[in-house]
Amino acid sequence: MTPYQQWISFYTMVRKDVVRMFRIWVQTFLPSVITSTLYFAIFGTILGSRIGQMQGVDYMSFVVPGLVMLAVVTTSYANTSFTFFSSKFFARSIDEILVSPTPPWLLVAGFAAGGVVRGVLVGALVLLVSLFFTGLSLSVYSLLVILGFAILTALGFSLAGLVNGIYAKTLDGINIVPTFVLTPLVYLGGIFYSVHVLPQWWQNITFANPLFYLVNGFRYGFLGTADITLWLSTGVLLGLIALLIAINWYLLRTGLGLRQ
Amino acid sequence: MNHEDAPALAVRDVRKVYGSGVEALKGVTLTVLQGDFFALLGPNGAGKTTLIGIITGLVNKTAGSIDVFGTDIDKEPERAKSHLGLVGQEVNFNPFEKPIDIVVNQGGYYGLPRSIAIPRAQKLLTDLGLGDKMEVRAMELSGGMKRRLMIARALIHEPRFLILDEPTAGVDVELRRGMWKYLRGLTEGSGITILLTTHYLEEAEQLARHVAIINKGAIVANGTMEEVLALHEEGGGETGDFRGGRLEEVFLKLTKNDA
Repeated sequence: MTPYQQWISFYTMVRKDVVRMFRIWVQTFLPSVITSTLYFAIFGTILGSRIGQMQGVDYMSFVVPGLVMLAVVTTSYANTSFTFFSSKFFARSIDEILVSPTPPWLLVAGFAAGGVVRGVLVGALVLLVSLFFTGLSLSVYSLLVILGFAILTALGFSLAGLVNGIYAKTLDGINIVPTFVLTPLVYLGGIFYSVHVLPQWWQNITFANPLFYLVNGFRYGFLGTADITLWLSTGVLLGLIALLIAINWYLLRTGLGLRQ
Repeated sequence: MNHEDAPALAVRDVRKVYGSGVEALKGVTLTVLQGDFFALLGPNGAGKTTLIGIITGLVNKTAGSIDVFGTDIDKEPERAKSHLGLVGQEVNFNPFEKPIDIVVNQGGYYGLPRSIAIPRAQKLLTDLGLGDKMEVRAMELSGGMKRRLMIARALIHEPRFLILDEPTAGVDVELRRGMWKYLRGLTEGSGITILLTTHYLEEAEQLARHVAIINKGAIVANGTMEEVLALHEEGGGETGDFRGGRLEEVFLKLTKNDA
């Protein structure tokens, strides 16, 4: 395939996924918005008013970046894991791409890009909703950091979801990781609290959680302050992405979990 | 070998052992010439679909080599795949999508821009009798329509080699005849090479110039249709004036003897 043909193939995969997600927007966009609204109302407004300040800012301002990141992570992961799994499990429509000259790395890029689009769009919607709870004011320290972390986090978890989608043999297989791995990591990753309020032993455990670095990097873009340095957050995120790209490429190239 | 002169398909000593230990292919060797209409026949579980899966990159082989128009599928898989169009045995498209989208998207995976793919898909679907069904959801199509949609999808990138795995299964007689005519037109008009598997032996006899019979993972007959039909007389079978009956007799003899 020429580079132009590869671009067409990539565009086709992304377009198909975006058309799908807008066709069923009630399933793809609405749930995250409703869940986030509840979080903002309960944790931000009702409980937040009693908590006071966190990291030198009011609790609502502190929790908004974390909740946006929560939506980005879960949505981008779910998008690729479900899209890929359903295309190989229900109608076996993944064969449409597997028989074509689209190379494995492009397939990874195409599916991951669909997850990025949905993750970033849902993140933007959640951010929009948050404005209603912050009196239409939002602290922005660096738009570049915010956008960069939103896109790279969506990419990272789209790739993680793709690994899950490729390997899953049953419908349960794409629910186990989000339920038992992703959700605990997200909730213990510093969305609702600063790591400094934890006892030392728990802080040490938190430092092993990759979500902690992503939430803090994203929060830095809004507040200009975080529990760790921006460079450490960026390094962990880029390392995660590189590792997941390699795993996906290997799985698709060898056909592990996909070809008989 | 010059790629232009190479056979459309050269299968050499291909073996496939599944993880369960089942040996689906036991050293299959097969050549399909350019422009040929080749029928690969065999009972259920003989290894036809496994072989097609290996050729098209859906199944990993255990041993052997395969060239498509002189291109090794292991060394240059993308180049080899660009020549192929596949109509699989099972319906394998998203039933929620429209036929026009299914076909156009397939073109996209081969690098075909939408400006070219859309009119081409419209023509293919119209030629295959689906002109008024382009915008309905694919799940609303009848079984025969779904089969024709899969043919349109396989042809969108104008492949040089079309592989059809039981394309007329479950299709009524009239539609089947229409598909025969269409497929024959592809080889005679466009020079497309076709590899067909089917359980309708009269279909193979009507369409194919060359035929191979596979049984339990091994090729048990291979040659021109006349050569394979001649096995009927060599075996002392009844000579009838119904051509389809002769191939059926050969098929049964070769696959039954091995049972």
